[in-house]
Amino acid sequence: MTSVAHAPHAANAHHGPTSFWRKYIFSTDHKIIGIQFLFVSLFFLLLGGLLAMQIRWQLGFPNTPMPLGTLLPEAMTNGGVILPEYYIQLVTMHGTFMVFFAIMPLLMGVYANFLIPLKIGTHDMAFPRLNMWSFWLAFTAGLIMLAGFFVPDGAARAGWTMYAPLSARPDLSGATYGQLLWCISIVVLGLSSVLGSVNYITTVINHRAPGMTWFRMPLSIWAIFITAILAVLALPVLQGAAIMLLFDQTIGTHFFDPIAGGQALLWQHLFWFFGHPEVYILILPAMGMVSDIIANGSRKPIFGYHSMVFAIVGIAFLGWIVWGHHMFMSGMNPTLGSTFMVSTLLISVPSAIKVFNWLGTMWRGNLRFTVPMLNAVAFVSMFTIGGLSGVFMAATPVDMHIHDTYFIVAHLHYVLFGGSLFALFAAIPYWYPKMFGRMMSEAIGKWHFWLTFVTYNLVFFPMHILGMNGEMRRLYDPTQYDFLKGLQPLREFISIAAFALFAVQLLFVFNFLWSLKRGKKAELNPWQDNGLEWSLPSPAPHGNWERAPNVYRGPYEFSAPEAGNADFLPQHVKLPTDRDPAAATAPASAH
Amino acid sequence: MHWWLPTAASTFAGPIDGLFLAILIITGIALVIVEVGLLWFSVKYRARPGRKAFYTHGSTRAEVIWTAIPAVTVVALGLVSNHYWVQIKGRNSVPANAYGLGVHVKQFEWQITYPGPDGQLGTSDDFTLRNQLHIPVNQPIVVHLTSEDVIHSFYIPQFRLKQDAVPGLTINAWFQATKTGEYEIGCAELCGMGHYKMRARVFVHTPEEFTAWMAQQAAGGTE
Amino acid sequence: MNRKLFSVIGGALVLAVCTPKDNSTARAAAADRATVEDVQAGATISGKIKFTGAKPTNAPIDMSEEATCKAKYPTAPTAETAVVNANGTLANVFVYVKAGLPAGGTYPVPATPVVLDQNGCRYHPHVLGIMVGQNLEILNSDPVLHNIKAKAVKNRPFNVSQPSAGMKTMRTFATPEVMVALECNVHGWMNAFLGVLPHPFFAVSGADGSFSIKGLPPGTYTIEAWHEKYGTQTATVTVAGAAPKTQDFTFAAH
Repeated sequence: MTSVAHAPHAANAHHGPTSFWRKYIFSTDHKIIGIQFLFVSLFFLLLGGLLAMQIRWQLGFPNTPMPLGTLLPEAMTNGGVILPEYYIQLVTMHGTFMVFFAIMPLLMGVYANFLIPLKIGTHDMAFPRLNMWSFWLAFTAGLIMLAGFFVPDGAARAGWTMYAPLSARPDLSGATYGQLLWCISIVVLGLSSVLGSVNYITTVINHRAPGMTWFRMPLSIWAIFITAILAVLALPVLQGAAIMLLFDQTIGTHFFDPIAGGQALLWQHLFWFFGHPEVYILILPAMGMVSDIIANGSRKPIFGYHSMVFAIVGIAFLGWIVWGHHMFMSGMNPTLGSTFMVSTLLISVPSAIKVFNWLGTMWRGNLRFTVPMLNAVAFVSMFTIGGLSGVFMAATPVDMHIHDTYFIVAHLHYVLFGGSLFALFAAIPYWYPKMFGRMMSEAIGKWHFWLTFVTYNLVFFPMHILGMNGEMRRLYDPTQYDFLKGLQPLREFISIAAFALFAVQLLFVFNFLWSLKRGKKAELNPWQDNGLEWSLPSPAPHGNWERAPNVYRGPYEFSAPEAGNADFLPQHVKLPTDRDPAAATAPASAH
Repeated sequence: MHWWLPTAASTFAGPIDGLFLAILIITGIALVIVEVGLLWFSVKYRARPGRKAFYTHGSTRAEVIWTAIPAVTVVALGLVSNHYWVQIKGRNSVPANAYGLGVHVKQFEWQITYPGPDGQLGTSDDFTLRNQLHIPVNQPIVVHLTSEDVIHSFYIPQFRLKQDAVPGLTINAWFQATKTGEYEIGCAELCGMGHYKMRARVFVHTPEEFTAWMAQQAAGGTE
Repeated sequence: MNRKLFSVIGGALVLAVCTPKDNSTARAAAADRATVEDVQAGATISGKIKFTGAKPTNAPIDMSEEATCKAKYPTAPTAETAVVNANGTLANVFVYVKAGLPAGGTYPVPATPVVLDQNGCRYHPHVLGIMVGQNLEILNSDPVLHNIKAKAVKNRPFNVSQPSAGMKTMRTFATPEVMVALECNVHGWMNAFLGVLPHPFFAVSGADGSFSIKGLPPGTYTIEAWHEKYGTQTATVTVAGAAPKTQDFTFAAH
C-alpha cells in the first residue's frame, strides 16, 4: 500500500490487487512488518543459542574436540577444539546477536509494530513507508553482523560491550574486517531503531481512537511508548560511539587510544550511557505485555494501573542516570561511584512496585493457566531473582568482588532470558491467533514451558555460585586457576543442562512453524480479552478497521459488575450507560 | 565443590562479606515473599467453575507500603555501602604507610616491580618479576597499576580486591593481606585471546620471610 | 509468504557456511610447483660468523609461572639474544643473498614445510628462513597456550593461538620480508625471527658459527648477514661455475 487515502474507506477497498512482493516482502502494513521482524528475529535467537552451545561446550569440556567442530575452519578450531580467539568471538557475537538482533527486535520490531495500531484503534502507523525502511535496515544490519564470521580474521571479539582500546586496535585484538562490520552493523541497526521509534511515538500520541485516553491505554502500549522514547534518545549515542570506533580503526583518529591523547574510559561512558537505557528497552515492553497477559489470566483488572504507569516512567527516567554502575571498577572517580550507587539502588524501587502489583493482580483472581499465563507468571518469578541479584552489584564494595564474574552473567540472563524471553514465550502464543489466524498448540506449549523453566534454572542459578567463587567472565579455560579448578563439575553440569535447554526450544520452533498451517483455527477473541485487537478477525485484515472504534473504558475491566455473566468487558463495547467519546485526536483516515 | 565466598584473606573481606550476607538476607526475604506468594496464589486462586475474581483496581495503602519499605531499605543499604566504599576506594583511602609496588599489565602478563631492599620505587635496586606478587602479611600494600596496551583488571578473589588497569592512567589500589599463604591474581577484563591465561601467583609472607626473600632477589637469586 | 522469506534467508546462510573457506590461511599451500627439492648444480658460498670483543651474558629466563615448561630444563635457560659459541663465533645469524640473482628468476618452492616448534616455551629454531609461498608449520609441543604473533610489515600480520600440545597451524607468506618478528604474548621471553625470501639462497649460523649457501648460478652477489642485536653486515661475492667461495663476517660487541 503506497497511496494515501483521504476519506474513511473500507479496509481493503481502495487499491487493486497487490503483488506478492508488495504484500509480503516490501509491505508497509504494520502487521506484516511485525511478522517479518518475528521470523528474522527468531532466526537470530536460534543463532545466538547455537553460539551459546559452543561456548558451553568449551566451558563444560575444555580443550576437547567439539562435535562437528572439524567442520569449522582452521581459524576457529584446531582438530575440532575451539581456539581461544574463536571463543572470544563466540561470547562477543552471542551477546551482540541476542541483544540487538533477537530480544530488542522481538520486543519492539515485532510487538510495537503489531500491537500499537491494533491496541489504540487505528489503521496503521503514522509513517508506514518509514516503517518498512525500519525493517529492511534491521535485516541488512543483521546480515552485515553475520558477515563478521566469514571475513578474513573473523568476527569482532572484544565482548558485546566492545571496550576500547582492545576494540580499536586490530593489532591487539586480531579482528580486522570483523570489527569494522560490527561498527557498521550497529550504525545501521541504530537507524532502524530510531526510525521505528519515531513511528511508534508519533502514532501513539496522534492516532488513538476516540475515547482512548492516555490512561485507558493498555500497559503494553505504555511500556512500548516509553521504550520508544528511550530508544530514540539512546541509540544515536551508540551510533556515535560506533562511528568514533570505526574512525579509530580506519582513518587514524585516537578517540579511545591514549597513544595519541585519547581516553580509554570515554568508550565506556558512551557505551553505557546508551547501554543502560538499552537494558530497560529490553525489559519494559516485556513488563507491559506481561501486565496485559496476567490481568487477562487472572480475570481481574491490573492492580495499581496508575502506579504501574508511573513505575514504567520512573524506571525509564532513572535509567538515564545509573550507567556508571557498570564502571565502578573502571578507574572512574570513586565519588561518581557513590552517586551512581544511589541512583542504582533507587531504581530497584519502581521495579519492586511492579512485582508487587503483579502479585496483587493475581490475588483473589480466577487464574487460568494457559501457556501465556504460565510464561507470564514465570517472568515475574525469574525477573524477581534477576532484579534482586542486581542489589548485590549495586552495593559498590560487594561489586568489587563480583564485577566481571559469573554473578553478573547469572544476573543478566535472569533478567533477559528469565525475564524478557519468558515474556516473549507468553506474548508469541498470545497474539499468534491475531497474526496468523490459528492457535499454537497448548499441549506442546505446556511441555515447552515446564521443560524450559526447569532446565533454564539449572543452567543459570548455579552461575551465582561460580561468581561468588570469583570466576571471571569470558574465560576460555577457567581450569588454569587453582581457585576455579574445583568448580569444573559445576561447569559441566551447567553445560549439560544448557544442551538440554537448547534442545527443548526445538519444541517451540516446531510448535510455531507447524501451527502456521495446522494450528486450530482461531476465533475472534480466543483469550476473552478486552483489547481492541480482539474485535477484529483472526488474522487481522489489512487496514484493521473500516472506521476507528470508539473506546468506552480502560483495558482491564475483567470481572466488572457491568460485564454481567461474562468475566470480561472489551474496551470498544458500548453499554447503555456509556456515552460516545469526542472525535479522535486526528482524523481516522489520516495515515 | 566450594559453595560460598572464597577464603577471607584481607582486611576488605570482613566488611564485604558482611555486606554480602546482609544483602542476601534482605533480598532472600523479598524473594521468599514473592515466590511463595506466586506459588500460593497460583494454587489458591486457580480457576474453578462458578468462581469469580474479586474486582478491584488496587489499593493506595498497599502502594505506599510497598514503595516505602523498599525505598527505606535501599537508602539504608546505600549509606552502609558508601561508608565502606569510601574506606576502600576513596581518593584518600590509601594508608600513609602503604608499601608501594609497580604493577605494569600487558597482553598477557603482570610485570611487578619491587622497590628492592631500600623500599623505594624508582631507585637502582628495583627489580621486576613476571607474574609473581610477593607481599608481607598485615602490611598495607599499594599497587600502582598501569597498562601497556588495553584495559585489564587486577583481581585477587581471596582479598576481594579488584581494580581495572587502564592504558593512559596510573591507578592506585591498596589492600592489606591478613593470612599468609599462596593466592592467585586473575585478569577480570577481557583483554584478548590470552585473557584466560593471565594468571599470577600471590605469596603472602611473614615479615621475616619477606625480608629474606627481598634480600635473595637483590642478590640475583631466582625462586 | 513470510515462511518463504525465512527459508530463502536460511538457505542463503547455509550456502554461505558451506562454501569454501577464506584463503588467507593456507591449509596445504601450493605444492604444485615442486615435489622434490631440486639439487641444482651451482656454486656454494660458505663461511663463519666471527665475534670479537667481550662475550655477552644472556639473562636467565624465569619460567616459574609456567611449571610444565620450567620442568623441561635442568638448569634455567637463558635468553637467545646474543648467543656466542664456545669457538668465538656468533649463532643465529641469518645470511642471505640480497641482490645479484638474475632478474625474473623463479625458484621451485619446496613442498616440505619449514617447522617452527614451540617446546619448553621457546621457539625452535630462534632464527629461520622460508621461501615465499612455502608452508610454515607452527607446532605446539607444550601442553600450554602459546600464541604466535607475526609482526609482519610487508606481509599480512597474524596472531593465532594453540592452546594445547600437538596443535599445528600452517601459514604462508606472500612477499619477501627480512625479518618478520614472531612473539608469544603469554610468555614474554619467547621470540623468533623469520626471513622470507623469493629464493632458496639463505642459511642460519648454528652452534659452530658456520653457514653455507648452495646452488648459486654464476654471478656477483650481495650477501647480507643479519643479527637481531648486532645489526647487519654485507659483502660482495662473485662466483663462477661450481667453485666454492668463502666469505666470513665479523660482528663486534657493543
